Amino acid sequence: MSISIVNVSKSYNKVNALKNISFDVKPGELFGLIGPDGAGKTTLFRILTTLLVANEGVVKVAGFDVVTDYKNIRKCVGYMPGKFSLYQDLTVEENLMFFATIFGTTIEENYDLIKEIYIQIAPFKDRRAGKLSGGMKQKLALCCALIHKPKVLFLDEPTTGVDPVSRKEFWEMLKRLQDKNITILVSTPYMDEAALCDRIALIQDGNILEVDTPKAIVKHYTKQIYNVSANNMYQLINYLKEYPFSHSVYPFGEFVHYTDTRTNFNSNELKTYLRSKDLSNLKIDKTIATIEDTFMELAK
Amino acid sequence: MLPIIFVLPLIQLIILSNAATFDVKNIKFGYIDKDHSTTSRALIEKFKGSTYFNLITDFPSQTLANQAVLKGEIDVVLEVPSYFERDFLKEKNASLGLTINAIDGAAAGLENVYITQIINSFNMNLKVDVTHFSDRQHSSTQITTIPLFWYNKSLNYKTYMVPGILVLLVTMITLFLSGMNIVREKEIGTLEQINVTPIKKSQFIIGKLFPFWVIGLGILTVGLLISKIIFNVPMVGSLLLMYFYTTIYILVVLGIGLFISNFTDTQQQAMFIAWFFMVIFILMSGLFTPIESMPKWAQTITDFNPIKYFVEVMRMVMLKGSGFIDILPQLIKTLLFAIVMNGLAVWSYKKTT
Repeated sequence: MSISIVNVSKSYNKVNALKNISFDVKPGELFGLIGPDGAGKTTLFRILTTLLVANEGVVKVAGFDVVTDYKNIRKCVGYMPGKFSLYQDLTVEENLMFFATIFGTTIEENYDLIKEIYIQIAPFKDRRAGKLSGGMKQKLALCCALIHKPKVLFLDEPTTGVDPVSRKEFWEMLKRLQDKNITILVSTPYMDEAALCDRIALIQDGNILEVDTPKAIVKHYTKQIYNVSANNMYQLINYLKEYPFSHSVYPFGEFVHYTDTRTNFNSNELKTYLRSKDLSNLKIDKTIATIEDTFMELAK
Repeated sequence: MLPIIFVLPLIQLIILSNAATFDVKNIKFGYIDKDHSTTSRALIEKFKGSTYFNLITDFPSQTLANQAVLKGEIDVVLEVPSYFERDFLKEKNASLGLTINAIDGAAAGLENVYITQIINSFNMNLKVDVTHFSDRQHSSTQITTIPLFWYNKSLNYKTYMVPGILVLLVTMITLFLSGMNIVREKEIGTLEQINVTPIKKSQFIIGKLFPFWVIGLGILTVGLLISKIIFNVPMVGSLLLMYFYTTIYILVVLGIGLFISNFTDTQQQAMFIAWFFMVIFILMSGLFTPIESMPKWAQTITDFNPIKYFVEVMRMVMLKGSGFIDILPQLIKTLLFAIVMNGLAVWSYKKTT
């Protein structure tokens, strides 16, 4: 196992950030930790990267225990914190050189690993890191985290605050890194990114809700979901919630995702109900469950 | 940042060294002459001739003079009573009334000394005059002291202050910069990234503190140049010795700064704590008030004040030309502080949160 987490708990004063968490990450896997802000993702990352010591539980990264063997872990993992943590007053190249030196290596030695990413920021290599755009910063941070050819790569919310194009590019880069035998643990609050992982863990309030492949997780969702739309979104949600047979109602883009408690649901019946509430332009269609739906269901 | 680090302290050095004087000048002087005699007029002429006093006002009554003191228009009132001259000549004994505004205690003390000196010298001259007219047998014996001020012949306060202020600048800059530095990395998050790397504690700390050590020595150099060029402070002792002591001294300050850094989470906290220690260190360093006049317990505290030793060494080496053996006690204590403070700092620096 590349990462093994057994019964880990961590609390800050009275707040339980992690409650008895266990899961494994296989070597070479792209593993996603999906959960909303404040779910405990960063705490878990900091335990895995030996920055924080858990109250209970055993954690092993690349075969080393995080408490007793932290020195070896620091040599062979790459960590990209959620907040941009490179030296803003050093240039792109200087940052890279700095981190290469700290890890006792050189840029040339592992250049093939970062080449594809570095080429994109190379035109700005004399620019100070603080002056880069959000997407560029992420690429540089990834380069710095990879410069020593880590066995395990930890990425804490790498795409938060990054534009959609850069996000897409970033995930493509992760996929390519995976081919180079690097185990990647990535956390994200975006459910759409979850589908790109090999396996994901859904986490909320310090509890792991489910660990499985994205496809399997979606299959767990047995209820039929309906896309409902009307001229007034806000009223629509309110009336759907009042509907006696409603199971779950929440907005999803331009639609409202609705599930019914009955098995023999008739969409016309719902339409009539909504019309009686003065809503027009009604549309009710079947749709397939996404990871977000599953998460909302599990988090209920 | 670098120009700020160098320029501001040097402006401070120039301003403070010119302004922070212990001399009391421009004393606002008033008198009430009830005697209106030759002697009383001669006495007042003495005051008018002195450079320490100005704005000499004649008050007709004690009440008016008191009012002026109350309003702060006058610092000192000298009252010459009626029959002053008669008493002086006849009974060889006369008294003068002196009122001093003592809101500023230190200044009041000095004013008293100045006035007493003027009256004494007036007294001598007068006695000589008087003895001319009286019996030769009664001529009084006089004891005069001729002071010699060693190491600062003309009692030039700048010679005394400049090395001290230079000490403050070197200390302040290195303490604030080092105290702020690691906290800053905590704040911007780079420390978290660094902590996940295999870098050793000692490597990181040396890397962080070495630049400030160099900056400290740089400030000393520029400060010494200014002392020589602008203030013409004598530099009797060995420059090499001064630098040798300073290199060790800065280590102490950097250790303190790092220690503060380890126990704070924001630059604001670090700034406040550094400032707190700085004020105590400065006021208890013997720079502005002599340590000998402090209470016993305070003197014990000053033994743990590194600035005290630096001020001593700077003055000893610069003004007196002390050698290595002379400053050895201070050197050993400073070295001890350096080892203890840096030991504590490295020990308390944790790569985990």
